[in-house]
Amino acid sequence: MAEQSRTNQVEDLHLVNLTKRFGDMAAVDDLTITIPAGSFFALLGASGCGKTTTLRMVAGLEDPTSGSIRIGDKDVTRLRAFQRPVNTVFQSYALFPHLDIFENVAFGLRRRGVKDVKATVEQMLDLVELGSLARRKPTQLSGGQQQRVAVARALINKPDVLLLDEPLGALDLKLRRQMQIELKRIQTEVGTTFVHVTHDQEEAMTMADTIAVMNAGRIEQMGHPAEIYELPKTAFVANFLGQSNLIEGRVAGASDDLIDVTAYGVAFRVPKSRSSATGTAIIVGVRPEKMTVLDALDATKVPDGHNAIFGRVTDVSYTGVSTQYLVRAAWGQELIVFEQNMIVGDRCEVGDDVIVHWAPSHTFGLDGDENINAGVDAAVLALDATAGQ
Amino acid sequence: MAPVLPSTVVAPAPTAGQRRSRTGYVLLFPGMTWLAVFFAIPFVTLFLTSLQTPVPGKSGRYRFGLEFGNYATALAEYWPAFLRSFIYAGIATALALLISYPLAYFIAFRSGRWRGLMLVLVIAPSFASFLLRTYAWKTILADESPITTFLNSLHVLPDGRILNTSIAVIAGLTYNFLPFMVLPLYAALEKIDPRLIEAANDLYASPATSFRKVTWPLSMPGVVAGTLLTFIPAAGDYINAELLGSTKDRMVGNAIQTNFIEFRDYPTASALSFVLMAAILVLVFTYIRRAGTEELF
Ligand SMILES: Nc1ncnc2c1ncn2[C@@H]1O[C@H](COP(=O)(O)OP(=O)(O)O)[C@@H](O)[C@H]1O
Ligand SMILES: [Mg+2]
Repeated sequence: MAEQSRTNQVEDLHLVNLTKRFGDMAAVDDLTITIPAGSFFALLGASGCGKTTTLRMVAGLEDPTSGSIRIGDKDVTRLRAFQRPVNTVFQSYALFPHLDIFENVAFGLRRRGVKDVKATVEQMLDLVELGSLARRKPTQLSGGQQQRVAVARALINKPDVLLLDEPLGALDLKLRRQMQIELKRIQTEVGTTFVHVTHDQEEAMTMADTIAVMNAGRIEQMGHPAEIYELPKTAFVANFLGQSNLIEGRVAGASDDLIDVTAYGVAFRVPKSRSSATGTAIIVGVRPEKMTVLDALDATKVPDGHNAIFGRVTDVSYTGVSTQYLVRAAWGQELIVFEQNMIVGDRCEVGDDVIVHWAPSHTFGLDGDENINAGVDAAVLALDATAGQ
Repeated sequence: MAPVLPSTVVAPAPTAGQRRSRTGYVLLFPGMTWLAVFFAIPFVTLFLTSLQTPVPGKSGRYRFGLEFGNYATALAEYWPAFLRSFIYAGIATALALLISYPLAYFIAFRSGRWRGLMLVLVIAPSFASFLLRTYAWKTILADESPITTFLNSLHVLPDGRILNTSIAVIAGLTYNFLPFMVLPLYAALEKIDPRLIEAANDLYASPATSFRKVTWPLSMPGVVAGTLLTFIPAAGDYINAELLGSTKDRMVGNAIQTNFIEFRDYPTASALSFVLMAAILVLVFTYIRRAGTEELF
């Protein structure tokens, strides 16, 4: 299969200052990204942020208002959809109802005048494990099977880029997990660049080598899933991709590697290398699972140099793998803490006075101009949309 | 010895399936009664009439008979009218399809908020009576009318006129049955998911190929319904030929009408009606079978 990707000569996809306006509203706003050849690239964002519009412009189904699209050195911006070496797996699959599975999959090959399609189609149907259903009509297939036909129909053309618009959106949770693994396997096998649009952050994290988090027509941050998760650069990313505790403070000083921050009278330390703050206003951020909860009486057990906050437990929920605490800090902000259930026995209870602490190396700093609630609603909506299916 | 089973068994309570089928019969009843009274009985009467023999010496009086020769004489005399009926109806259907398809396509995909108005405009002529509309066409196509004058200035009319030619009859048929073509086509096209056409474009089909491979096959049910709804009444029509054509353009409908009303030759008229019905049935079934297989690819 490695030979296949080499003969296929995969190339980078470049979007340059890509903009699409519908009336006054910029659905996609000056987007510039390079999607590396052969990568599994996820475009992650809440509903309405412009993901579909971006994909449709790459596919040639929508004309950009300005900007350009290149594949390798070739500018495809002005090419019509049927002239582009790009194929799409549509959100609704859009299988041709009057053609059987075989002919659906063969459609692209036949249009390009390929004479003997039988062997290629059968091979592709085997890849998606649908060989036995070749003569069925799309309506006779389950959702998961239709989804795989849609993938096969696009992939058989060996496109430079395969676009997938929420391909798993219509499947139930179990099938979705299964197809995530399946799609990942197929991508590794064929080596084509996959651009996968989703609003499901877990899906993006498990499948993609590179995630671009999109918000209101722009890319907020792009990188390896772990990189974005561990070091979000904006409040939106911190809140949309997983959860974060964000505390507004001011820079009080700095040592060699650390910035000293004061927030609500409490001192925090943030590594300089992990801060994207530019002025004196700064937001101190930490992921919930990086924090530890101790009884307030055990304050002396907090390791030296750790960031720590006193507070009172307002909610405890036990989820098996972990316990989630809500802790209200002295200034009223509720912090969320995930603690792994390593110790059998006493847990903190609602009403307990506690101290929450974490290592500065797990702390990140955001620019003080950011809204600490950015992306919270979007994340909840995306979660609802995923759970609702 | 096996024990003898009691011969009387208590009837089991009807199952859900049995109850459903009983409901089905009840629902069928009004329609079946209607068909029996207004279709089956006249059908049998018509068939019997077509076999009657004349009462000697009394013109216009017939009695029961098995005169299958009525069919032979009717066909021998009127086969040109039959042929004309099918040719005129065929051409009118083809023209109606040619005119209606782009129109229905436009209404289904491009009309936006004008869709409702355009559909009303398609049906609007039907608010006036069929006869009245055809009379209006008599004026429109008259010898000194603007259309005729214009076409004559281009020297495209073989006879120098339109009225009382086969062109007028075909034009009238096309016009009168156009809504029966447009509406089924619109209904079929409107159901096509535009995303399928995008998918075809995405899979290297040019707009023309997308039409040929996706839009056209998916609109086939509308094409079949529309052509049938146009062809069948057009083949049996006599008003257009009567009002717009000359005696050389008479269709089988005119023959039936004259035999019934003027000659009072009921057996010939009935025989003609029967042949017309049978011919249409054969044509329609052949057509549906062919269209049905084409639809698969
Ligand atoms: N054809 C269109 N006309 C007008 N507005 C549109 C059109 N397509 C998309 N939009 C708007 O552009 C924004 C982005 O849409 P979309 O790309 O579909 O978002 P996503 O796929 O991320 O949910 C939305 O606000 C949507 O309402
Ligand atoms: Mg979308």
